[in-house]
Amino acid sequence: MTADVVVQQLLNGISLGGLYSLLAIGYTMVYGILRLINFAHGDVFMVGAYTAFYLVGIFRLPWWIAAPGAALFTALVGVTIDRAAYRPLRNEPRISALITAVGVSFFIENLGLVMLGGRPKGMPVPGVMARAYSVGPFRIPGVTLWVPVLTVALVLLLLVLVYRTRIGTAMRALSRDIETTRLMGVDVDRVISYTFALGSALAAAGGIMWSFQFPQVNPLMGIYPGWKAFTAAVVGGIGNIVGAMIGGFLIGIVEIMTVGLLPHLSGYRDAFVFGLLIFFLLVRPTGILGEPLKEKV
Amino acid sequence: MKRTVSVLIAGVLLLVGAAAASAAEPIKIGLNLEMTGAVAAYGQQGYEGIQVLQKMMKLEALGRPVEFVLVDNKSDRVESANAAQRLIQRDRVVAIIGPMISGSMLAAGPVAEQANVPIIGPSTTNPLTTQGRQYVFRACFIDPFQGQIAARFAYEQLGVRRAALLVDVAQDYAVGLGNFFAREFTKLGGQVVATQYLKTGDQDFSAQLTGIRAANPELLYMPNYYTEIALAAVQARRLGLNVPILAGDGADAPELIQIGGSAVEGLMHTGFYHEKAFTNPLARKYVETFRQVTGKDPNAFGALTADSVLIVLDAIERAGSAEPAAIARAMRETNNLEVTTGSVTIQGGDAIKPVVIRKLVNGQWQYLATVNP
Amino acid sequence: MAEETTGLAAVRPAGRALSPWTRRLLTFAALALFAVAIAYMEGPNFSPYYRRILNVALIYVVAAVSYNLVNGIAGQFSLGPNGFMAIGGFFTTLMMLPVARKEQVFFLQPLIWPLSEFSLPEVLQGALSRLIPGSAAIAFLSMSLGFLGALVLAGVMAALGGLVVGIPSLRLRGDYLAIATFGFGEIIFVLANNLISVTNGPLGIRDIPEYANLWWTGGAAVFTLWAVQNLVNSTYGRALKAIREDEIAAETMGINVFAHKLLAFVVSAFFAGVAGGLLAALLTTISPSLFTFMMTFNLLIIIVLGGLGSTTGAAVTAVVYAVLQEALRAVEAPMRLGPIHIPGVPGMRMVVFSLLLIFLMLFYRRGLFGRSEFTWQAAWETAHRLGAALGGLFQRGTGRPAGEVRRPRGR
Repeated sequence: MTADVVVQQLLNGISLGGLYSLLAIGYTMVYGILRLINFAHGDVFMVGAYTAFYLVGIFRLPWWIAAPGAALFTALVGVTIDRAAYRPLRNEPRISALITAVGVSFFIENLGLVMLGGRPKGMPVPGVMARAYSVGPFRIPGVTLWVPVLTVALVLLLLVLVYRTRIGTAMRALSRDIETTRLMGVDVDRVISYTFALGSALAAAGGIMWSFQFPQVNPLMGIYPGWKAFTAAVVGGIGNIVGAMIGGFLIGIVEIMTVGLLPHLSGYRDAFVFGLLIFFLLVRPTGILGEPLKEKV
Repeated sequence: MKRTVSVLIAGVLLLVGAAAASAAEPIKIGLNLEMTGAVAAYGQQGYEGIQVLQKMMKLEALGRPVEFVLVDNKSDRVESANAAQRLIQRDRVVAIIGPMISGSMLAAGPVAEQANVPIIGPSTTNPLTTQGRQYVFRACFIDPFQGQIAARFAYEQLGVRRAALLVDVAQDYAVGLGNFFAREFTKLGGQVVATQYLKTGDQDFSAQLTGIRAANPELLYMPNYYTEIALAAVQARRLGLNVPILAGDGADAPELIQIGGSAVEGLMHTGFYHEKAFTNPLARKYVETFRQVTGKDPNAFGALTADSVLIVLDAIERAGSAEPAAIARAMRETNNLEVTTGSVTIQGGDAIKPVVIRKLVNGQWQYLATVNP
Repeated sequence: MAEETTGLAAVRPAGRALSPWTRRLLTFAALALFAVAIAYMEGPNFSPYYRRILNVALIYVVAAVSYNLVNGIAGQFSLGPNGFMAIGGFFTTLMMLPVARKEQVFFLQPLIWPLSEFSLPEVLQGALSRLIPGSAAIAFLSMSLGFLGALVLAGVMAALGGLVVGIPSLRLRGDYLAIATFGFGEIIFVLANNLISVTNGPLGIRDIPEYANLWWTGGAAVFTLWAVQNLVNSTYGRALKAIREDEIAAETMGINVFAHKLLAFVVSAFFAGVAGGLLAALLTTISPSLFTFMMTFNLLIIIVLGGLGSTTGAAVTAVVYAVLQEALRAVEAPMRLGPIHIPGVPGMRMVVFSLLLIFLMLFYRRGLFGRSEFTWQAAWETAHRLGAALGGLFQRGTGRPAGEVRRPRGR
């Protein structure tokens, strides 16, 4: 493998990793507060991509309306899922909420299969994203250029929200101790809804950019990206936003580089990613940036 | 006198009744199709083909009408076997059409074999499905044949010497086809410079394609289904991998062009079907009716399913009986039957038919060649 | 199976307590009835279609009961039984497939060496015919023993897989364990697709001798129920339940938490492997795609519907689930009633099932059986109360005051 191929693969990895990052943040935010793995997050991502597809492809809206519109709708879906399926189980054993989350995930996927049809649909891609630039021996597709930039920008915006606003402070307080925060007069349910809205909107952003990169939408498109992003969240330290971003980029690069370095093992690509997940779970379950988990008796 | 009249009337009534009864008793054919699940598109396209055939001509055999019983198999092996058993025991069908994919046929085939009911897979291309069976058929050609033709076409017609493969490791169809292509291509003297794998459900193939680009091939052979082909084509072009793409019959779906856009322009594929390859009036009429009814161009899966119906009906006529074992015997002797994809002969349960090669030019499929077996 | 006394029986003794002998007698009677039913259903007068559904249902019983041991009894959320079923399924296949067929089936890449030269029934036949030359029963005997041996070995292989997966991942808890076991399940799926010289890749293998009939599936289901229920009612089982309720408290009481969890995990993997082997021998074909996460999801629905932690609940719901899935088929298929065409909604089945799972978790978390088990005592009491209620109804007809009728039912 020559040096320029290595660099090209690195670029591919960063591009894919940026997409994982956006999705991973949603997992991390919900887990940080509720200690719940939102299995349906990958399907929320699918809803975001589909909404954008319909707004642009069917209603012919320009992207600067369609993208925020899709994010808004997806945020609403995320909040609804929390209200309907997770909130009634707040005081129940976590396994109940987890099974419900699996159920919600399958419900969205199968409803999508019934309502939208199983056949994939081609996504219209804006010209900036579809174009590819040649720099020396490298090919840099527009998406590869824009995805990491947008990812980092959105994460910075999110960090400002979390660390510089009152509701962000409330979110951080919740992730420490829900009961105490409630006693301090914080409307816990409202803050949780807000968290779901933010995470889902980011998933929609991820979904839209994902379908620029891979220009199709189908009801099952969220399954594998969802798992990979969850892996990223765990590797980065679940509950930590910057960790999720770093984890996303890391998983993307590792995934691409294993295929790049071991081309004859490209069929085992997912096994490498899940192997990395298990390795982290065993050796450093708190991830790269996570704090040690406190044992609650 | 009065009595004679009443006897006469009774006799006439009886005769009319008997005629009505025999006309009303339909021949039942089971459809074991993928209406949901991973390859729902193929089952749905197949069902569409039968509906078009129904609109095109009156389907009957031995003067009796034909009735279809549709059962969804969820693209799943357990359900395919259940569905076949259900059609045979509960619905008492005389023949079964489907499943569309080889893996499911491996589960449904033995069920039909045991009950001595013929079962025909419209697009089950894997050789193992019919091997050693008396009641299992296919209406398409087999993977080794298609892979060989593709390799020969690439080597002889396109003059390619260095080919790269991108194969879906979760699809038996893709693994089989890729394997036979590689064997024939190396036998001819060509070189497979890179073989990379992807898995159904994955969407990012940039790493694989970068590796393939580094191997500097003259042709990219992708024997996958249309979604993966389209996504890989888009990413290949973005990464500057601009070599011609060759695919198998899995590419035959409108979605390929819808998703792939300009990236699949120039793509070639081996398949069952191109309207310009037809000479018989039945095939032309099918194409016309398909366009009228659905407003779309016909596809291979619909046409092959329609062919399966025609093969079964022809066998019933020749057998002179709607008894399953007799139908199966007659099906094995199908010879030069005119069907919607041309003509078909059945040998050892397998359809012997030509491969059609097409190329996408300006968003339209262009006819390149027909290769006879 | 009938020794469990918690649950319904402990709550409210109605009617007289059944003696152990009566309960044992009832169990034997039920087993005998089951055997007679199987003998009838394996006969020529029974529809092969119903037979097939029942076979699938009984295989679900084996898988669900063993899955429940980990998730329900020990309270460890595992998402990996599909992987163990795959190991068992492929191992049974490779043991049972005749050597000559192996050469034909593995036409892409030949099967790896020791397996390609080996078929358990053939080996047994060779050995047996040397012992008893010329007997016609040898073929049957070697086939049966071969299948039994293949199933047991498949279970052992799956249990070894369980050991390999369990030792590292059972140090994790809750969600982390779920994710780790899911990851292992996915890795097994990826391996099965890629190791073409062992699994024949995504196409899988055909011509597995069709050896799973109701005797085998029914026998396996009864054996699984018996073994798991005995384990649950032993000191190990009590320890597992203690771990489920409070892991730290259990540890303080001197229970070796890790060893107990591992035991449950390995036993569960064993039976999952047996279920996989039975499924392969029922279908006569096997492929990696049979054992995706969908399989685990089906089992999860079954054990949650049955009541997480109830062995008999899992068994009953497994049968109900398999039958219901087939029964609902009629609803979603397009229907043609004369000139009227009802388009039906393919795929509605899964929507209904996932909704059902959510609603159950929200409103009826206990499931069908809760954590109680079916016991003869409970059945006796239910029958007693039912009898009293019916008696009351009957007596109302003879002019008794209505107020008295409600009492036995409303208690």
